[in-house]
Amino acid sequence: MSDAPHRSPKKTGFDTLALHAGQIPDPTTGARATPIYQSAAFVFPDSDYAAGLFNIERAGHVYSRLSNPTNAVLEERMAALDHGVGAIATASGQAAMHLAVATLLGAGDHIVASQSLYGGTHNLLEYTLPRFGIETTFVDPRDMDAFKAAIQPETKLIFGEILGNPGLEVLDVPRLADVAHGAGLPLLVDATFSTPYLCKPIEHGADLVMHSATKFLSGHGVVIGGVIVDGGTFDWEASGKFATLSEPYSGFHDLVFAEEFGPHAFITRARKEGIRDFGACMAPMTAFQILQGLETLPLRMAKHVSNTQVVVEYLAEQALVESISYPGLTSHPDFELAQSLLPKGAGAVFSFELTGGREAGRAFIEHLELFSHLANVGDAKSLVIHPASTTHHRMDEQSLRAAGIGAGLIRLSVGLEDSADLIDDLKLGLRGVQKLIGKR
Amino acid sequence: MRTVVEGDAVYYGTGSGVPADDAPAIVFVHGAGFDHSVWVMPARYFARHGYRVVALDLPGHGRSEGAPRTSIESMASWVADLLDTLNIEKAAVVGHSMGSLVVMTLAAQHHERVQSLALLGTSAPMRVTNLLLDAASDNHHAAIDMANSWSHSVGGTRGTSETPGMSILNGGERLLERAADGVFHADLAACNEFSAQNLAAIAAPALVIAGDADKMTPSKAGLAVAEQLLDVRTCMLPGCGHAMLSEQPNAVLDALAAFILNEPDR
Repeated sequence: MSDAPHRSPKKTGFDTLALHAGQIPDPTTGARATPIYQSAAFVFPDSDYAAGLFNIERAGHVYSRLSNPTNAVLEERMAALDHGVGAIATASGQAAMHLAVATLLGAGDHIVASQSLYGGTHNLLEYTLPRFGIETTFVDPRDMDAFKAAIQPETKLIFGEILGNPGLEVLDVPRLADVAHGAGLPLLVDATFSTPYLCKPIEHGADLVMHSATKFLSGHGVVIGGVIVDGGTFDWEASGKFATLSEPYSGFHDLVFAEEFGPHAFITRARKEGIRDFGACMAPMTAFQILQGLETLPLRMAKHVSNTQVVVEYLAEQALVESISYPGLTSHPDFELAQSLLPKGAGAVFSFELTGGREAGRAFIEHLELFSHLANVGDAKSLVIHPASTTHHRMDEQSLRAAGIGAGLIRLSVGLEDSADLIDDLKLGLRGVQKLIGKR
Repeated sequence: MRTVVEGDAVYYGTGSGVPADDAPAIVFVHGAGFDHSVWVMPARYFARHGYRVVALDLPGHGRSEGAPRTSIESMASWVADLLDTLNIEKAAVVGHSMGSLVVMTLAAQHHERVQSLALLGTSAPMRVTNLLLDAASDNHHAAIDMANSWSHSVGGTRGTSETPGMSILNGGERLLERAADGVFHADLAACNEFSAQNLAAIAAPALVIAGDADKMTPSKAGLAVAEQLLDVRTCMLPGCGHAMLSEQPNAVLDALAAFILNEPDR
C-alpha cells in the first residue's frame, strides 16, 4: 500500500448499521420492524428449485435449523458490525464456540488458548473436548512467546478472550494474530465483553470472532444466544492444515469449500455441516429479541463504559478496596493496550478485591440493594457476584489464589442505572464490610 | 480443475460437476480483481443440469498463475486458448463486468467458439475514473473501497442478503483484497482502454442482464450494448447494483437458466 492521498468513499456508520444492517422494510407487508418468521420450514416453488437450494445453487431458506429469515437479519447485522463476511446465530455462546471448533478440528487436533477464560469455555476445552480427542494447552494471555512455544504440529486454532476472566487481561490481538498466522493458524477471539462497539477484532488481525449474545449485544438478559462471525481473511488452503475446508467433503458431494466459496469457506461449511449436524441453532424469537437490543447497542455501551468509569473511580478511593482490576485505569498492566484496542472504553465488567477476605465479600454482596446478585454479565441492570462464595465456593484459599481469584474478590457488571444510585448502593455494601471488620 | 494454458498452470471451477463426454459447455468469466468463486451458484446449477462448467480464473487471478493480461483482446484470446486446451469447440459464455467485455470480444473475434453469450453488468466502452485507476495503480485500499462501494446498491450495502447470514459488502471487499498487487489495476486499465467491438457482427444469441441501481455500468449502458446486438434478450433487475451475483443471485440464475437451457442448439 502506498501513502498517496487516495480517499475511500464514506462508509455507513456503526450506529446506522446497528439499526439497519441486514434488514429493509418487509416488501410484502411494509413492516418496519424485523418480522419473526416463526416457521420450521419453507415452501419450495418446485422440485428443481428445491434441489437448487439443497445444492447451494440458490440462496434461500429450507429449514430453520439451517437458516431462518429472522436469524439471517441478526447474522448479517453482526457480520456488518464486526466487519466479517458472514455470521451464524447459535443457541448460546458455548454453541458458537463449539461450532467454530467442530468446523475446524477433529480428534487428534490441538488448541492453544489463553488461560484467562470464562469458566464455561474452560470446562469445554479442559474437560469435555479431550473426550473427543481435542486437547488444549493453556497459556498466560500476555505471554506471546508462551503461545508460540505451545503450538504443536497438531495445533489448529489459537483462542483468547478480548478481555480475560477474571483479571481482564487485554488480549494483544495484533501480536497474537501475527503469532497465529506465522504458524499457519487462525485466531479466534471471544469478544463478548467488548462487542463490536468497543473493538472489532477482525480489523486487528483476528480471523474469527464469537460472542455470547446473551450479554451486551442483547442487553436485556431475557434470552440465551451466541454468534460466530467469519472475517473471511484466513487462507485455509495456503495453510494446508484444514482438510475440512480444502479437501473434498463426502458429506456434500465432494464439495471443496475453500475452492468454491473463497472468503466464505468457513462460514459456509459451518452452516452446511456444523449447524446441520450438531443442530445448536437459535430460535427466531430469540433472534428477534437480540435484534431489539442490538438496535441500541451504541447508546448502551457508551453508558455502560461511562458508568463503569464513575464506579471504578469511586471504588479506587475507598480504603476497604485493596485493588481494582480494570484496563481503563492507568494502574492496570494493559492500560496502554486497552487505549489502543478499546479506545471507547475497556468494557463494563471488572473486579476488585475487598479487605477482609471471604466473609467481607459475602457481607458486601448481602448489603447491596440495587446490584443484582447473580451469575451473568452484560445486563442493562447492574450485576454482582462474589466468586469465593458462589461459583468457586468449593475452593480453599490456596486454590482460589492459584486461579487468580482472591477470597474477597467481587466482580461487577455495571449497568445503565444513574451512576449516583450505583454509588449509593456500593456505599451500602462497603458499610456492611466496615461493620463486619469492626466486630472482629 | 487445473490445466496449462500459454505456459501457465491455470485453474477453473467445475461447479462440482462430473459431466458426460458430450456435455454442452458453459464458460464463466469473472470481473476485475475477482475470481471464479463469484460464480459458485450458477456454476453448481449448470453442473447439475448436465453442463461441462468452466468457471475460469484469468491469468494471475484466484488460483491461476501467470501475469495478468493487459488488454481485453488478450484475455479473450487466452479464453480461446483455454477452450482449445480443454477440447471445447463451442460454449455458452457468460461474463460479468470486465468478463462481459472478454465475452463480447470472444464472440466478435472467435464467433465459431460461442454458442450463446450472456453479458452481466456490461457497458461498451467501459470507462474507469482516474480516481479508481490511480488508487489501484498504487495498490491502495481506497481502490477496493471505491469499487466495492460503487458496485453495491443501497439494498446491497445495508441488507438483506439472499444468502442467509452474509454481508454482501464485506464479502466483495475480502475477495478484492485477495488479488495480488497490480492485478486489479491491470484489469481496470484493460477495461478503460477497451475499444468497443463491432457488436453487430455477433450473430450468436445474446442476453444482457442489467441492474437498474448499477452505478458502475449504469443500466442504460447495458441497454445500449443490447441495442447493437442482432439476437438479444434483456433482463432488468429492479433495485440491483453492479454486484448482481451476490445481490440478486436467484434472479440472475433465473435469467441465465431461462436463456441458456432454452437455447434450441444446446
